[in-house]
Amino acid sequence: MNIYTEHTNASPEIYSLNNVSRAFGKGKDELQVLSNVDLTLREGEIVGMLGRSGSGKSTLLRIIAGLIQPSAGEVRYNGSLLTGPAEGVAMVFQTFALFPWLTVLENVEAGLQALQVERKEARKRALAAIDLIGLDGFENAYPRELSGGMRQRVGFARALVVNPTLLLMDEPFSALDVLTAETLRTDLLDLWNDEHLPIKSILIVTHNIEEAVLMCDRILVLSTNPGRVVAEIKVPFAHPRNRLDPTFRQMVDDIYALMTDRRSADASTGKAELKMGSPLPEVSTNLMAGLIETLAAEPYNGHAGLPDVAERRLLEVDDLFPIAEMLEHLGFAELKGADITLTEAGKLFAEYGTQERKTIFAEHLIKHVPLAARIRQVLQERNGHRAPRVRFEQELEDSLTEAFVEKTLESVITWGRYAEIFSYDDHTETFSLDDVEGSV
Amino acid sequence: MNKVFRHYIPATTLRLLPNRWDLVALPMVIGFLLFFSIGARETWAPISSLQSEIISLDPANLPEYAMRTTLRMLAAMAASLVFTLLYGTLAAKSRRAEKLLVPVLDILQSVPVLGYISFTVTFFLLLFPGRVLGAEFAAIFAIFTSQAWNMTFSFYQSLRMLPHDLEEVSSNLQLSGWQKFWKLDVPFAIPGLVWNMMMSMSGGWFFVVASEAITVGDKTVMLPGVGSYLAIAIQQQDLHAVGYVILAMIAVILIYDQFMFRPLVAWADKFRMENTASQAGSPESWVLKLIQRTRLVQRILRPITRIVGRIGNRRFSLPRSTRTVMQSSPATSRIIDWLWGSAIAVLTLYALYHIALYMSSEVTFDEVVHVLSLGLITLARVVVLIVVASLIWVPLGVLIGLRPHLAEKIQPLAQFLAAFPANLLFPVFVIVILRYQLNPDVWLSPLIVLGTQWYILFNVIAGASAFPNDFREVAANFRIRGWLWWRKVMLPGIFPYYVTGAITASGGAWNASIVSEFVSWGQDKVVAHGLGAYIAQSTAAGDFPKITLGVVVMSLFVVAFNRAVWRPMYAIAENKLRLN
Repeated sequence: MNIYTEHTNASPEIYSLNNVSRAFGKGKDELQVLSNVDLTLREGEIVGMLGRSGSGKSTLLRIIAGLIQPSAGEVRYNGSLLTGPAEGVAMVFQTFALFPWLTVLENVEAGLQALQVERKEARKRALAAIDLIGLDGFENAYPRELSGGMRQRVGFARALVVNPTLLLMDEPFSALDVLTAETLRTDLLDLWNDEHLPIKSILIVTHNIEEAVLMCDRILVLSTNPGRVVAEIKVPFAHPRNRLDPTFRQMVDDIYALMTDRRSADASTGKAELKMGSPLPEVSTNLMAGLIETLAAEPYNGHAGLPDVAERRLLEVDDLFPIAEMLEHLGFAELKGADITLTEAGKLFAEYGTQERKTIFAEHLIKHVPLAARIRQVLQERNGHRAPRVRFEQELEDSLTEAFVEKTLESVITWGRYAEIFSYDDHTETFSLDDVEGSV
Repeated sequence: MNKVFRHYIPATTLRLLPNRWDLVALPMVIGFLLFFSIGARETWAPISSLQSEIISLDPANLPEYAMRTTLRMLAAMAASLVFTLLYGTLAAKSRRAEKLLVPVLDILQSVPVLGYISFTVTFFLLLFPGRVLGAEFAAIFAIFTSQAWNMTFSFYQSLRMLPHDLEEVSSNLQLSGWQKFWKLDVPFAIPGLVWNMMMSMSGGWFFVVASEAITVGDKTVMLPGVGSYLAIAIQQQDLHAVGYVILAMIAVILIYDQFMFRPLVAWADKFRMENTASQAGSPESWVLKLIQRTRLVQRILRPITRIVGRIGNRRFSLPRSTRTVMQSSPATSRIIDWLWGSAIAVLTLYALYHIALYMSSEVTFDEVVHVLSLGLITLARVVVLIVVASLIWVPLGVLIGLRPHLAEKIQPLAQFLAAFPANLLFPVFVIVILRYQLNPDVWLSPLIVLGTQWYILFNVIAGASAFPNDFREVAANFRIRGWLWWRKVMLPGIFPYYVTGAITASGGAWNASIVSEFVSWGQDKVVAHGLGAYIAQSTAAGDFPKITLGVVVMSLFVVAFNRAVWRPMYAIAENKLRLN
């Protein structure tokens, strides 16, 4: 058990973030990613940052690393204001970020060379770090010769060799397969708990709730649009933790519920109804149909807890939430806490064959997604029943940034094509009612 | 073999859209040329004599000549590399410099190298009066201008596409700018850079042959080398000597391929970004293996690599405190932007003023019209021959590329032919034309694609070899055959590769027109109508205003042709027909 956990509040502060905000883009295109975030990191704790994609958690991590400057607020590191890349803060990347042209040893030495560590000393320290992290014998291998797990071990060794105060991890296990990820997590926790690591604190960004509960002493939950800390949860369990323990499960379920609760998950909209200018998620009709079928079938029979579905289908929060929410928008399901229930329409959809599904989907699409209805209406009113894409782009640009306009249109095009309420030609970038049944 | 030639789009074609900065770049480049030419004309007279060595046609001298030619190539390559690293870095790292440097580079690579060789010869002779060194520099400079631009583009583009996570890791590890340059920037750029170096080298043989023996007005500069040997052979109508020089060149290119090209490509393979070991097997080179496995060679090399490594590892950076001070506030930054913009505007206007002045005093309107019409003739020649070459080589390339065993044998040959300086073969054509009294306007035309058509062939072979087997099986499964197969399956599949080859071929053809529309054998001269002949004749006459006019018009044609034809085609290849 980590001796520090019980004294968290008494431990010295390493980092403090005060009212930190960050926006990207300028003027109309400005996108608020983080808003008024307060955060303290102390010695001896592993802190988890949980949030869905778009919650700005990676941005927050980079602000702490000094790679990105906040647009407002201040970041204090060991008491003084941070202005550039922070010294003594090492980072581990989701993509591993190893230099492919350097060997394992050279990759690990790279950070030491920047610190002007003497050559022999650097070699000694690098070999020790490689040893510690279990990469003995791979010193002269190139990253492309290693498996994903081994590559991430190099990432850890490179971060640890500079004796950092703080270790930042950006979804370090999400590019790995389940078994490899588990091994790496356990190895890291063992090293940390046995106090073999030179680091004082770890901050880990993840969207995997179980991972957070398994590893962290404290979990911060971030909302989306814009990112805000909406909850701070202390994890009181001793290491090693048991995933099957009822209290462990309960905490995972609670956090699920917290993240599904729209008021905390999405700070800006907070309601189920879509408007003309609402951004639409990239959720394919296959995914929606798949989730409806899963929910309609045994053992759920139309009602399920999202954590359970996620676990059985090996999905993660980021994969499941947008689908579930879109089903709710379309009136095929209802969300309450971490529970999802199919509506009558949803059940019908599950029973129907291909053509009937398209018909009911079309009805719901036009009724619940104003953008789809607008495109259909414009096409019916126009002579020749055609309209250029740019016409809708301009309309959306009043309320959305350029990137969101693109995504939103892509989504509505996919759904509209499936529902056969309009067709779209990518070469000419025009919408039309060509080949659409019963259009004229 | 096609593993050696991975598919790289020539770096120069990636910039798709012209912008207002082209309006700045064009006058500046032309203004610079004018500056050269005015300077050249005024200073040509004082140089009375140039001691040039006597070139002997004795084949025993050829190894030495070949060696000197190769050394010129290597010197130019070294210069190009240095230029690339500096110019590319500046363009990629400085927002302000980028706006000017990139369009200028774009225009520069459209200017026909052989067109302004007369200016540069004069200029360098002036720098080193009465010595051969000046002529050497002029030749090296000419080769440099044929090699540097696409390398620089490639480097610049690599720097713009650095993987985000590796950039973050570099700043997280606190690497200094200098350390990051050697640990990330350069290694990441190497595969593309090596490919472009190879293309440059292969194009360079043509220019080295053309630039060793230069006649401007009544002055002839001859540098000992393969090109001069050829020039003398032509002058003395010695067909045997032409044969020897062809053999010598074949030997040189084969040696260079084994000792430079392959080791370099095999070595560059380690800088690939893909984090997976390649299944197809990595490019191999026996020379590289020899170097890597021989203990003695290793021992000799080790101190060198160690010193290089140490230099790369030094920080060479300003202390932290100064760095933060140097970040200027938005307001100051705007003022600097404004000053920079005004400076460029003034310079452009100045260049425009001089161009106008020069044009009005030296060149008549009729002359401009005449030259433009000559440009159209050469344009027609380029278009027709690229089309003819495509009609021949695309089907053949596909047939070869689909047969791996055959492709393995033909591909090195195609690459060899692309590197072989076609101007060595010109005399053969000229003799035939003279013998049978053929129409030069028609029969000189093939010469402009003689050397560059092979780029189409080997790119198509590479495309067909890389064509996914799934698609071929699908086509067979659905019994797609004949013309439909070409139209729906194969041609779209190889289109990106074809465009790559055709762009290179057409760029080379414009340059080649300068030496191929005006050729000689002894005292006999064969001339075709066209812009290339105009430039070549003006050069021979030492008429600088006309040379300038010819070069400017040709550059305009090349720029317009690239913008109107190749870039849209490239965009189609990139957006709609990419296989991955």
